Amino acid sequence: MAEVLVYVDHVDGAVRKPTLEVLTLARRIGEPVAVALGAGAAATAATLAEHGAVKVLTNEAAELADYLVVPKVDALQAAYQQVSPAAVLLPTSADAKEIAARLALRIDSGIITDAVDVEAGADGPVATQSVFAASFTTRSVVAKGTPVITVKPNSAPVEAAPAAGAVEELSVTFSALATGTKVVSRTPRQSTGRPELTEAAIVVSGGRGVNGAENFGIIEALADELGAAVGASRAAVDAGWYPHTNQVGQTGKSVSPQLYIANGISGAIQHRAGMQTSKTIVAVNKDAEAPIFELADYGVVGDLFQVVPQLTEEIKARKA
Amino acid sequence: MSLRIVVTVKYVPDATGDRHFADDLTVDRDDVDGLLSELDEYAVEQALQIAENADDAEVTVLTVGPEDAKDALRKALSMGADKAVHVEDDDLHGTDAIGTSLVLAKAIEKAGYDVVISGMASTDGTMGIVPALVAERLGVPQVTLLSEIAVEDGKVTGRRDGDAASEQLEASLPAVVSVTDQSGEARYPSFKGIMAAKKKPVESWDLSDLDIEAEEVGLEGAYTKVESADARPARTAGTIVKDEGEGGKQLAAFLAGQKFI
Ligand SMILES: Cc1cc2nc3c(=O)[nH]c(=O)nc-3n(C[C@H](O)[C@H](O)[C@H](O)COP(=O)(O)OP(=O)(O)OC[C@H]3O[C@@H](n4cnc5c(N)ncnc54)[C@H](O)[C@@H]3O)c2cc1C
Ligand SMILES: Nc1ncnc2c1ncn2[C@@H]1O[C@H](COP(=O)(O)O)[C@@H](O)[C@H]1O
Repeated sequence: MAEVLVYVDHVDGAVRKPTLEVLTLARRIGEPVAVALGAGAAATAATLAEHGAVKVLTNEAAELADYLVVPKVDALQAAYQQVSPAAVLLPTSADAKEIAARLALRIDSGIITDAVDVEAGADGPVATQSVFAASFTTRSVVAKGTPVITVKPNSAPVEAAPAAGAVEELSVTFSALATGTKVVSRTPRQSTGRPELTEAAIVVSGGRGVNGAENFGIIEALADELGAAVGASRAAVDAGWYPHTNQVGQTGKSVSPQLYIANGISGAIQHRAGMQTSKTIVAVNKDAEAPIFELADYGVVGDLFQVVPQLTEEIKARKA
Repeated sequence: MSLRIVVTVKYVPDATGDRHFADDLTVDRDDVDGLLSELDEYAVEQALQIAENADDAEVTVLTVGPEDAKDALRKALSMGADKAVHVEDDDLHGTDAIGTSLVLAKAIEKAGYDVVISGMASTDGTMGIVPALVAERLGVPQVTLLSEIAVEDGKVTGRRDGDAASEQLEASLPAVVSVTDQSGEARYPSFKGIMAAKKKPVESWDLSDLDIEAEEVGLEGAYTKVESADARPARTAGTIVKDEGEGGKQLAAFLAGQKFI
């Protein structure tokens, strides 16, 4: 059976969930060979094996952390040459897209980014994408070379599929360009204790209607009652009320949860681009004409300062 | 010596228009108004700021696109860029990101550069990979997705806010940079700027000027093929209630009915 390279997104050995989703898709095409790079790479093996990796290629060279993107391209290319896979799949992230692009160019292959599904087809993998702010669904194939595909979070279920997951050291010779862009310092993002925005089953977001950083507490209180992640519109982020890492939309995160609750958000096309594929959409907005209601499965026309706290209390009461 | 800055800008269909696909499954550019991609305005802005802080600098804006793409160049010139290059050729229709990066890289080399500045992503394709591809082709450092940027003493430094961490980056020139929409609001063209733009030089190059064969680009040269494009079924209208004092409770009942609570 053909092998499929899967790039592993991990933080110090902790595998992030989208990688496990990609393993599910990779198994439709062939046998997943995982490539884990950087500090803690070897520690990823057990989790990857549990989810179908037949082999885990690792490299923990310092260059991988000290320089931007290119060392990882060198390493992934080394893995590609060793394995000659039928496809290369990566979980979408800013880094992964750039790594994928440069690899594709080097191996003279086509690249598809942000797939929401990947299936085996007669002429190689077929990738489904959601485009133009999720108003169209396209199906594409790579016409030349070995398909390189990045897959969005929440595009497939995580499935247990125990495999050998034998760890092998990947030998990498870094290119002259590898040390071109130095990472002078790195400040890890502080954990909020809430689920990752892109991985959460429920996202509760606030927009300009929240009207102040101090008021985001009522959005967080609802999120915590539901075990949800907190999102924000760009208007709320630009106003400095909530961090940019929580922005949902075209230039923020793209989310696809089971439930999305938009509070005081009008529903501009650029915001929709990041949340339109959510399973169930709920909106609270005082303007009955707000475009967000066109998407909503359930909407409340009202003041969020009344509706949201009442909702939070009611959930508490129902749980008790 | 003068600092040569090349800004890559894309002409895109307006996101608030009714964007769709043409019969050959390329992006339809006839029925929707086009404009300079808003995310590339941030690149123009940073280029102008860097030029203003340098002793001597020249900002060239570069686009690869159809006849109408000149509008994007005019806008960038009216913001304050010095000159423009338009790569236009009938054989470019349907070019994908890999092909676009080839054309851009050849044009950037022909124009001459110390730093290339791109947007974080185009608002139509939204791949966000062209800057990395151009850096790979030019064989120079990529310093991408910066929310803060400075160019000084032959070096580019900046901050990249990633998923897991915020990174401070540094590279020597020449380099390829891309900037995010967190890098600072773009200026509006002034009346004077708009008038001045009319007199600024716009060069037109075609594929032969760049020694690129027609087969390397266009639909034929594309590395990926769109097999189908279907409009997503509109979301069916849901229940909208007006809050008469019980809105939160009604919403809770809905969520309970859907098993979210
Ligand atoms: C290139 C580009 C990229 C962009 N990327 C993004 C992106 O990634 N994400 C994003 O979100 N936007 C993005 N935008 C901006 C987008 O166009 C909108 O400006 C933005 O989404 C508006 O945010 P908002 O809905 O919070 O604010 P508004 O549009 O001002 O809406 C606020 C809403 O709150 C309601 N409201 C006010 N007070 C209350 C109250 N007390 N109770 C209930 N409702 C209330 C109002 O009725 C209104 O509908 C982008 C724009 C561009 C040009
Ligand atoms: N046809 C083009 N002409 C000029 N610049 C482009 C073109 N396509 C992409 N770019 C540049 O590359 C960036 C990222 O584009 P993309 O990878 O298509 O999302 C854009 O913000 C532009 O700066």
